[in-house]
Amino acid sequence: MKEAAERLDTTFAALADPTRRAILARLATGAATVNELAEPFAMTQPAVSKHLKVLERAGLISRGREGQRRPSRLEARRLAEASAWLEQYRAFWEASFTRLDAVLRDLKGKKPRRR
Amino acid sequence: MKFYPASFKLTPAGDREILIEREFDAPRPLVFDAFTKPELVRQWLLGPDGWTMPVCEIDLRVGGLYRYLWRKEATGEEMGMGGTFREVVRPERLVATEKFDEAWYPGEAVDTTLFEEHGATTKVRMSVLYTSKEARDTASRSGMEHGIVAGYDRLEKVLASLPVQK
Repeated sequence: MKEAAERLDTTFAALADPTRRAILARLATGAATVNELAEPFAMTQPAVSKHLKVLERAGLISRGREGQRRPSRLEARRLAEASAWLEQYRAFWEASFTRLDAVLRDLKGKKPRRR
Repeated sequence: MKFYPASFKLTPAGDREILIEREFDAPRPLVFDAFTKPELVRQWLLGPDGWTMPVCEIDLRVGGLYRYLWRKEATGEEMGMGGTFREVVRPERLVATEKFDEAWYPGEAVDTTLFEEHGATTKVRMSVLYTSKEARDTASRSGMEHGIVAGYDRLEKVLASLPVQK
């Protein structure tokens, strides 16, 4: 459990940066090299490499080797795990509010009888 | 992906705040009561199925304390939180501090809940404001960071576009 929590910490820290989220969104459309990623983000290759290292450490991407190319690929499972955590947070409130709808319906029904 | 009613919103605002919005089909005083009377709160503030609220104490006055304890009946797992009321303006406004027993962020967060009257319905707007940058940053590492929440819609799209993993 603790290990899983620490892993999620690393994942969320990696996801906290908007550029890294944009890189992930780009990788969702297919694998890409550092060069291919640097261009649309108007970033230097070393800057992109730095972000990729963080994402790789967080398990959000993997980097292969095809000859001279080292394409990065999205690791969808880890992203799904991180998203599931958020889903829980939203689900807490939505489940509670749906119950509250019922409580309020009940209260509205009782009100006239009291008078 | 799950479907949420259109009126349910969870969004970031500024540096250290998270906003939650929802409309309810009931007059404002009733909604305010549902948020502040223990016998009502413990009926709905339960999150997903399987949890109960064995402790729900609310001393509704400025300086008064509240205390919530949830229990997952299947496992006995417990989770508690509490705080102090700073403003109580029935039926329109509540301000209270909040801290979980096992808080993973330093300091207390401040919750502001506004109840807005819209004809026969009531819009509830809640804000969770972290008291320090440090608190927010620590919270961010646990997944509550505004950027993550902001990025959620995008991530949702990303996930939706992915092939099913085997």
